[in-house]
Formats: sequence, C-alpha cells, structure tokens
Amino acid sequence: MAALIKLQSIFTPGLKSALLVLAILLGGITAATTGAQAGEFEDALASLAKAKTKGKIAAINVIAASGDERAADALTAFLGGNLYFRKADKKILVAEKSGAVYVLTDPLTSKEIGQSKKSKIKKIRVNNRLRKLLRGVLGGLTLLAKDPDKRRAAADAVFKSRALSAIPVLEQAIEREQVAGVKERLVMARAAIALDKSKIEAERLAAIATLAAFAVPEVRSLLGSIANSKASEAVRAAAANALVDIESRLAFWNGVGNVFQGISLGSVLLLAAVGLAITFGVMGVINMAHGELVMIGAYTTFMVQEVFRNYFPEAFDWSILVAIPAAFLVAGAFGIAIERGVIRYLYGRPLETLLATWGLSLILQQLMRTIFGPTNQEVGNPSWMSGAVEVTGGLVLTYNRMWIIAFSLMVLISLVIVLKKTAFGLQMRAVTQNRAMASSMGIRTGLIDALTFGLGSGIAGMAGVAISQIDNVSPNLGQNYIIDSFMVVVFGGVGNLWGTLVGAFSLGIVNKFMEPFTGTVLAKIFVLVAIILFIQKRPRGLFALKGRAVEN
Amino acid sequence: MASNMLAPENRSGFAFLLTDTGGKVMLAILLFAVIIVPVFNLWVPETSPFHLSTFFVGLFGKYLTFALLALSVDLIWGYCGILSLGHGAFFALGGYAMGMHMMREIGTRGVYGNALLPDFMVFLNWKELPWYWLGFDHFWFAAIMVFLVPGALAFLFGWLAFRSRVTGVYLSIITQAMTFALMLAFFRNDMGFGGNNGLTDFKDLLGFNLQTDGTRVGLFIASAVALGLAYVLCRYIISSRLGRVLVAVRDAESRTRFLGYRVEYYQLFVFTISAMLAGIAGALYVPQVGIINPSEFTPANSIEIVIWVAIGGRGSLYGAALGAVLVNYAKSYFTGALPELWLFALGALFILSTIFLPKGIVGTLPAFNAGAGARAFAARIIGRVRQNLGGAP
Repeated sequence: MAALIKLQSIFTPGLKSALLVLAILLGGITAATTGAQAGEFEDALASLAKAKTKGKIAAINVIAASGDERAADALTAFLGGNLYFRKADKKILVAEKSGAVYVLTDPLTSKEIGQSKKSKIKKIRVNNRLRKLLRGVLGGLTLLAKDPDKRRAAADAVFKSRALSAIPVLEQAIEREQVAGVKERLVMARAAIALDKSKIEAERLAAIATLAAFAVPEVRSLLGSIANSKASEAVRAAAANALVDIESRLAFWNGVGNVFQGISLGSVLLLAAVGLAITFGVMGVINMAHGELVMIGAYTTFMVQEVFRNYFPEAFDWSILVAIPAAFLVAGAFGIAIERGVIRYLYGRPLETLLATWGLSLILQQLMRTIFGPTNQEVGNPSWMSGAVEVTGGLVLTYNRMWIIAFSLMVLISLVIVLKKTAFGLQMRAVTQNRAMASSMGIRTGLIDALTFGLGSGIAGMAGVAISQIDNVSPNLGQNYIIDSFMVVVFGGVGNLWGTLVGAFSLGIVNKFMEPFTGTVLAKIFVLVAIILFIQKRPRGLFALKGRAVEN
Repeated sequence: MASNMLAPENRSGFAFLLTDTGGKVMLAILLFAVIIVPVFNLWVPETSPFHLSTFFVGLFGKYLTFALLALSVDLIWGYCGILSLGHGAFFALGGYAMGMHMMREIGTRGVYGNALLPDFMVFLNWKELPWYWLGFDHFWFAAIMVFLVPGALAFLFGWLAFRSRVTGVYLSIITQAMTFALMLAFFRNDMGFGGNNGLTDFKDLLGFNLQTDGTRVGLFIASAVALGLAYVLCRYIISSRLGRVLVAVRDAESRTRFLGYRVEYYQLFVFTISAMLAGIAGALYVPQVGIINPSEFTPANSIEIVIWVAIGGRGSLYGAALGAVLVNYAKSYFTGALPELWLFALGALFILSTIFLPKGIVGTLPAFNAGAGARAFAARIIGRVRQNLGGAP
C-alpha cells in the first residue's frame, strides 16, 4: 500500500485510474465498479444498492475519486443514513422523513422526485467501518472547496481520519493551494497518512521529518503513539526525537500563551485598579464602592447597546465607541456625587471613609438589583472584537483580549498625559502634595477634590465597558474586582501609576503561570498570601513614594 | 473616647469595674438575662403569655456571640486604632474548631454510619482522617483549639505586619485579603473542611442534644457568661497601664514609639487577645445556629462587624456590644419584613453613622454620657473650622 502512495504521487494526472486500482485492492475484487468509463459515479452509486460491506467500500472510494460535484452530497446522505433505494427498480434515492411519508431526491440530478411510503424503499445500511471511511473521504472532498476555512477544516479532518483514500485529492489540493496556512495543514495531513499507513521505512522517516516541523498538539499525540508502537527501531527513535523537539517547542508556545493570558488578566486588573490608583493613591481615599463604579460602567454599556439595538441596529458594532465616553461620564458623575455627598465630610479619617463607601457600595448594588434584577444582562461583542487569530498550533489569541490590552494601555497613557501636561493635572498634584499651600495659591481645593474623584470614578466606568466584554454583567460584578484592585495598588505602590502598571501585569502573569500547576483557586490564594508577605517586606509597595508625604 | 484617660489614677482590685457605669449596667443586664431566661423558657408553661420561646432564646444567644465578636473588634479598633477587616476569619476559625468537634461527636449516627470519618469525607471517598482532625474527638482539645488557632494565626499575621509597621488602611486591606484567601481555601473540597457545605448536621455537644430547650438555654447562658467575662477582661486590659499605652498608640503612634515604647509588642498582644475572643465567639455561635460554612469568611461579613462597633460606639466596650445586638436585631427584622430594603438600610447605616454619629450611639445619646453630646458638638465645630481652613490631614 505504501508503494501505492508513491505510485499516486508519481502519477498524479492519472489519478482516477490509480484510485481504481487502490479501490480494488482495498475493497477486494468487486466486478461492479470496474467500469472506468465516464459514468463511473453513476455506476458506483448504483452498485451501492446490492453490494456488501466490501463492495460498498470500493464504491465509496470510486465515488470519492470520481471528482464528481454530486459526490459530496451523496456521501453525506449516506453517512447520515438517508440514502435509500427503491425496491422496484433499485434506483438510489436520498429520502428524508417528512411526517408519515418520505420525500425523495435524486442524487444524480439533485431534484425532488416525489414522495414514497416506507414500504416501497429500503435503506442502504451503513456500519461503523463505513462511517469512518465516509468521514475520511468527505474530508478529502471538501479539500478543494473555495472557502479557505473549509479547506483547512477538511485538512484537519483528513489528519484525524488518516484515510488512505484521501491521498490523491490531497495531492491535488497541495498543488493548487495558495494560502500558506492551509497548505501547511495539507502537507501535515499527507505526512500523517504516510506515517500511519506506509510500510516503507524511508517514507515513514520522511513523514516524521515533515511532521517535526509542526509543533501542534495533534502531531504530538500522533508521534507519541508511533514512538510507543510496534514500528521499526529507526522509526520509533525518529518519532521519539521529533517528539522531544515538539514538546520543547510546545512548552515554549505554552509559555508565550501564559504570558499573553497573564498580560490579558493584568490589563483587566490594570483597568480596574488605575481609577483606584487615583482615588486611593493620589487622594488617600479608600473607596470601597470603586467596584460598583466599574459595575455602573458595565451597566451603562448595556444601556447604550439597548439603545443601539432598538434604534440603530445596523451600527451596533460601534456601540462600544459610544459606550466608552458614556460610561466615563455616568460613572464620573456618580463619583462626583459621592465625593460631594459623603467623602467630603470624612477627609483625614480614612477608616471612616472606608466604612461609608462600603455602605455606598451596598446601596449601589441593591439599586442595580432593584432596577435591572439580579440576573446577568446580555452585553454583545462587536464583530471586530470577536474571533481569534492563531499564531501557531496551540496558541490562539482572541481579539477581545487584545483590544482590552490595547485599551488599558491607552487609558493609562492618557491618564499620565492628563496628570503631567494639563492645568487640571498640575493643580491636582499641587493639592495632593500640599493642600494648604495649593489653597493659598488660589486653587479651589474642593473643586479639584471633586474632579479628581470624578476622574478616578470615570476611569472605573471605562474599565466597566472593557469588563462587560469578557465577564457577566450583574450587580455583583464589582465585588469580584475590588480586592484584586486594592492588591494591585498596594503591591505596586500607592500614588504611583507605573507601580500600578507593573503591579497589575506581574500579578496577572504570576497568576496565569501558577494556574496549570495549582488550579485557579489555589493560584489566587498563593498570590494573596504572597502579597501579604510582600507588604511586610515593603510596606509601601514596589515603587514607594519618597519624602515626607510618606509619613501620613 | 477620652473618658478612660480621665479616669481616676489610684485604682486597686476591682476598681476598674466599679468606676464604669455603663459596664456595670451591661453586666447587670447579662446577669438578669442569665437568671430570667431559664425561668421563663423552661419553667413557665408554653401556654402562658410570659413564656419565652426557644426561638427567641436561640436568636438572642446568637446576638450575644455577635456582641462578643464586636467587643473583640472594639478592643483593637477603639483602643488601639487597628481596623481589622478580617475578624470574621478568626470568628469562623473558632467556629470551625468547634464544628469539627461536633462532627466527630456525630460518630456512627451520620448518614453513612462511619465511626471515624464525617459524612462529607465518606462522600469524597477519603480513606482516613487527615492529621489536622486528630484530637478533635476530645472536647478539651477542641476547646483549646477554639482560641489557639485564631490566636496563632493572629500572632503570626500581627508579628509580620506590626514589625514592618504596616498600619492604618494598609493593615485593613491586607486583613481583608487574609480573610478572602481563607474563604477561597475553605471553599475547596480537598481542604478537608467540608468545602462549600461546611460542617453541619450536628447532634450533640458534651452529651447534650442540641435540639432540646435545655441545651439551648445552656448555650445562651454560656454565651452570656463568656460575654461578661470577656468584658471584664477587656475592661481590665484597657484600665491597666498597658491599656494607656494602647490608647497612646491609637492617638499618636509615632510619638509613642519615640517615647521608647515598643509599639509593635503592644499591638501584637492586643491583636492576638482580640482574635482569641473572636474565636470563642465563633465557637459559641456554631452550636446555636447548627452550621458553619466558608461564607462566614466573606470580607463583607468582617466589614459588617466593624459597623456594629461604629454604630454602638467605638472606644466604648459596652457600646460595641449594644451596637451588635441592635444592628442584628434590625437585620432580623428587615430581612423578615422587607428583605429587599435591608441592604439599603445597612448601607445607609454605614454612611449616616460615620458622618453623623462618629462616636456611635453611646457617645452621642445624652442618656449614656452627659458630657459626650456637648463634646461631640464641639468636635464637629472644630472639624468644620479645620475643614474651612483647608480641610484634610
């Protein structure tokens, strides 16, 4: 059979005749299918009515090799158990049950040809062996589809089934293929078949060499099974070597994947914590309602999307762009109201502020529960945020995660610009550093307090927009982030935005690297304990502010 | 808050109690309850209008354990300025220690009838008892663990934190992280503490069936006695020289340190004592409610304890106990009558009490302290003036 593979690769143009030989060898001698004329598809199909399993195998292979455009439909029907023949004239039919009768379709013309009672037709039996073969050849048939995604899926299907019969189509597809990514998959599938089915050692070794280039989990498991099989010494050794190589590359990509996951988690933490870095870090206000401001941002996104759904459904993709400023304004307004209504009376009493804002968080949660109900609200992903790009086997980067990373960095950079380059930022820093002096220079400290708090809250609202894309929007949303964001700020160092950045990303990455070994919950526990211990070493965080301000 | 600073200098024996009017009233009420509750629950027939229902006894027994918990928080927050947002963890640990003993007491009466393993371990296919469950079949061992485990955790945590001078809001945040981490840990099934469901289905304690009225009354009395003794202990601590140093640390930590006191030792001592008291409260709470599960560790619970203290009156031990009972009574009432309003009410309590009642009920209401109202008013005026001059710190 291995010789056959070789044979086919040499005589690609004479595909059909080669395939026939193959079919005969595979299926034993079946006279019915040997008519290598123009009507081979019709003949092979007709032969299904009376053939036994071996004959059916041969017929399927002929149909698959015929290159006929009707082949895929007929074989799909066969696989689905919808292929029948009429008892009267042995005509092959596709029949679908519709109420008490069967609707018949002619597989040759793809046209409906009336209805029939069950007693007039007979199902062509399909067993597991045939199903396996059918799946394989169907994969081969779609190898030539127009849509590259379909071709790619077909290549993967062939890789899984490793049906020898797919070889000729595969060869044809490799020759035609223009898209590099799909071509790779096709080559991979061909090598997998050669490795699995060939009896010639040199061919198998060549196949291993080809496969070694692909660091994907499927190749790893195939090589693993070969390395432990009864294959010859040289093949097993080559497979084992290739396996080691692939393992190390997979481990590398797995590491890269972990870093990406970690950065992605870190960017969410960063978004949630950056607002806190303003209110806690700059103003010294412990705002336990910060998580609820994030939640308000998420609910604003939901509301904006509702408006879009009802009034501008065609522009739904852009609803997020409206939601970001909307969430900033809504959460910012809430923040200013909180500052003017509650926190203003509690400056200089951080512990009382903590309690009062905790009370606020309870009220806001209950408010949302009363208005929207306790269940999750549906927030949609815009189309440009859904989907993913596969960098290499096993490493898949989703677009929404990448957008959130970019968004978090944009937020941080704009915040730094506001703080360093605008008059408001200057006044804000002045009030932070020396309130009395700033006041005597004519800065309205009360107004600056309110605006600063509003800024921090508005950023929390924008974080809510991002989080609504990856998490459930419910009244409890904020609770899941509040402790983490405090950890980030305390770990990174209070009053230092770079500390927040480093803190968020390092916590995210450490978390994701530990998860495979310990599980999600234990990783989180370890990180919390590590931070508690870290605080003992550096009570003011990674990047502590120096100077007199530290003492208060 | 400053009242104990102005207390007379020459004290001896039990003078620390005799000068404390509010405390005397509280102890008298507890004594009264200890006498009256058994009489009206056990000996007055159920048909009589004077009969005290067992439900009521259980409810107030629970409130008394909360009062003890509030007392422990007030000891560190009111007198040493340590705001722990993780005291629920010590409470829950004490509760788990007692719960583990009661699980072992079930013995062969469990669903699976296993003499050695509690039901949930049989269910999870555990073959033998984990080492940390050993010894819990003895009551004395569990009774020691009830305050030893929270005390040890508090000592370790406090030793690390206070030595590095982690104070103020930083301490609050990491105590919160501590209870959060413990909550996640106890939710795990492989920890061997019953995971999500916790420990429940208790049958008896020291041979007394937990369902009978007599045991209920007994637990009520035990809670009242524990609260009374804890009050005397706390009162003794804060009236001693050590207590003065604690207040000094609260009001001016750096200055106290510069005067030569090892501030961290004082903080560590009082933090550990407080955690032990919280553990005892938990141990008394669990047999009365019949269950302990990881939700006791939620940070929200710990913050709620602080609000009991704030509403009752921070820096007044009996005020903290009063606050715990009042808030919990209100909670029982609201969650029964208007469940969706309870969180609004609790949230409003947090906000209003911190803004308008910085000294709590005890510090504000003239019935409790004649001079306090005027002092609070003066303090508020001073606060306004300071704020207008440029406010914060």
